[in-house]
Amino acid sequence: MVESNYPVARMVVLEKRPEPMPPAAAVAAAPARAAAPAARDLRLDLFRGIALWLIFLDHIPSNIVSWVTIRNYGFSDAAEMFVFISGYTAAFVYGRAMRERGFLVAGARILKRAWQVYVAHVFLFVVYLAEIAYVSKNFESSLYAEEWNIFDFLKQPDVTLFEALVLKFKPVNMDVLPLYIVLLLGFPAALWLLLRRPALALAASGALYALARTFEWNIPAYPSGEWVFNPLAWQLLFVIGAWCGVGGAERLAGLIRSRVVAALAVAYLAFAFAIVMTWYFPRYGYLVPRWLGEIIYPIDKANLDVLRLLHFLALAVLAVRFVPPGWPALNSPLFRPAILCGQHSLEIFCLGVFLAFAGHFIRVELSGGPLIQLLISLTGIGVMIGVAWLLTWYQALEGRGPTRRTPNADLAGGDV
Amino acid sequence: MKWALLLLAALVPLSPALAQDDACETGKPLVPSEAVLPRAAAAVTQHHSLNIVVLGTGSSTLPPPAGEKAAYPARLQVALAGLLSRVAVKVMPEVKTRQTAAEMLEQALPGIAQQRPALIIWQTGTVDAIKGVDPEEFRATLDQGVEMLQADGVDVVFMNMQYSPRTDAMISIHAYAENMRWVALQHDVPLFDRFALMKHWTELGTFDLYDASKNTNTAERVHDCIGKLLAGLIAGAVKDAGTPAPETR
Repeated sequence: MVESNYPVARMVVLEKRPEPMPPAAAVAAAPARAAAPAARDLRLDLFRGIALWLIFLDHIPSNIVSWVTIRNYGFSDAAEMFVFISGYTAAFVYGRAMRERGFLVAGARILKRAWQVYVAHVFLFVVYLAEIAYVSKNFESSLYAEEWNIFDFLKQPDVTLFEALVLKFKPVNMDVLPLYIVLLLGFPAALWLLLRRPALALAASGALYALARTFEWNIPAYPSGEWVFNPLAWQLLFVIGAWCGVGGAERLAGLIRSRVVAALAVAYLAFAFAIVMTWYFPRYGYLVPRWLGEIIYPIDKANLDVLRLLHFLALAVLAVRFVPPGWPALNSPLFRPAILCGQHSLEIFCLGVFLAFAGHFIRVELSGGPLIQLLISLTGIGVMIGVAWLLTWYQALEGRGPTRRTPNADLAGGDV
Repeated sequence: MKWALLLLAALVPLSPALAQDDACETGKPLVPSEAVLPRAAAAVTQHHSLNIVVLGTGSSTLPPPAGEKAAYPARLQVALAGLLSRVAVKVMPEVKTRQTAAEMLEQALPGIAQQRPALIIWQTGTVDAIKGVDPEEFRATLDQGVEMLQADGVDVVFMNMQYSPRTDAMISIHAYAENMRWVALQHDVPLFDRFALMKHWTELGTFDLYDASKNTNTAERVHDCIGKLLAGLIAGAVKDAGTPAPETR
């Protein structure tokens, strides 16, 4: 089935129509223009598609296939990829809208996008509730008597549902969309500044990050605690992405090409790899000197630990270095599935969360060893690709291929 | 491409575990082998005795009919007595369900410190994660508890949460596990990573933790393995304290 997709998909991509660009937009589009005039930078779609697969694999509990995902080999994980690329594309598309049609129109579009993400989140929450209500009814275990208390919240649906609608109650693995909603709500103002004083916007974002970390600012969660992805900290990565999207990437080009930077990135990734391995093989834990441990631990995911941020940036530097903008392989059938998924990221993200629930459900019913896990993982990714292809097909039907961005700004740029 | 190779290379060390027969043995690489427990070691060399308190919550015991006898504290006593043949080993469970770390620190720890055991296994984290206690407070509690115990001449071993595949997507454990790891590192407290261990077993299919209800035996076998592996950690640490133990068995 997937095979037969390629001709259609390729046709859509080859159908690029260079659009006349006003001078201001040309500057904004500069990084991508290096690839093809006014064309979507396929690398963004590729890496976002891969991030979506990794998030799906990580969300299936006890999945042996999730050992291939990057979180097991370094500090950062697919969440960083996702937030950064989302910032990049959002700035790329809405930045253009803001230049061409003004703050009000672009801001309104961004807020409309935030609403769409909210609706998607509520939909997923309902699916989640249905699943765990089922799981909690059909299981009693002497081993997990204690863990079972987690289902207490089902006893008071009035509170639970309300807290979920105001985004305070967020089950595990359902934190990314609320983060994205908050980031989008703040994005009109951030984008306005980014277009005028990009360096100042970046500095302001960095300052907010530092303040939030120093004074432990975060949004409260229900039943207690705070948001697992602190928007006040994670906004930094989103803004860094957006900064690259409005032309910063070009300013960094010299730095990225530098051998010293590449060597530093490799060294840092190797360091992170070694540290992470001591978590899985504690018998080598003593090799980590105590002073070093005191510096690096605990690695704070909620507040986007500096170690995680650096790890992601190192990965990004190497990715940009080894995958140049005009890389011919980007148009090869090999990468087409990931790119397709990346082009419909909100839909595919939601589908991934849904499929992870479904995978969990299957494991609950069937159990099974590594083979079943592999089967669930591959089937899930296959379904994601199939649906992404279907969405592209619908777009083509309606005469708005993913490469014609102007009438399609919400879909392309607002994608998570 | 390089990444793919790197990932593959990293997966290689995991594969030998698949070949091993004994269920408990497959968990051994996940148990620290270089643990040092000087106070417990002193008790063994000087008094030929080793009194251990297990301070824990619901996951440190099993409901009837298996009950306490099949739970890991009891299994630890049996296994450790076998490993340390000339030592009088006594394991005393102090288990109370639904206790947060802070409640343990307030209610149970002072009494335990007075009993002066050589070692305390402190199992915690699950209840804090379920109740959503602030991870920073959780860390401060552990810090305080370990400092108090070590000052009283009691060694500490941390045991973290169980891996529960059915509820894994519902309890946010990461922050609590990280903080336990950190406090352990700061105070030279060995961490018995029960979470990683049980996750490993689930992934390998060693134990079917999804279906622990249908097979009542599974819970007992898991506890038996935990007891044995914990005994290996402790025996290795007290046999030759000060130098890294070559191999714990």
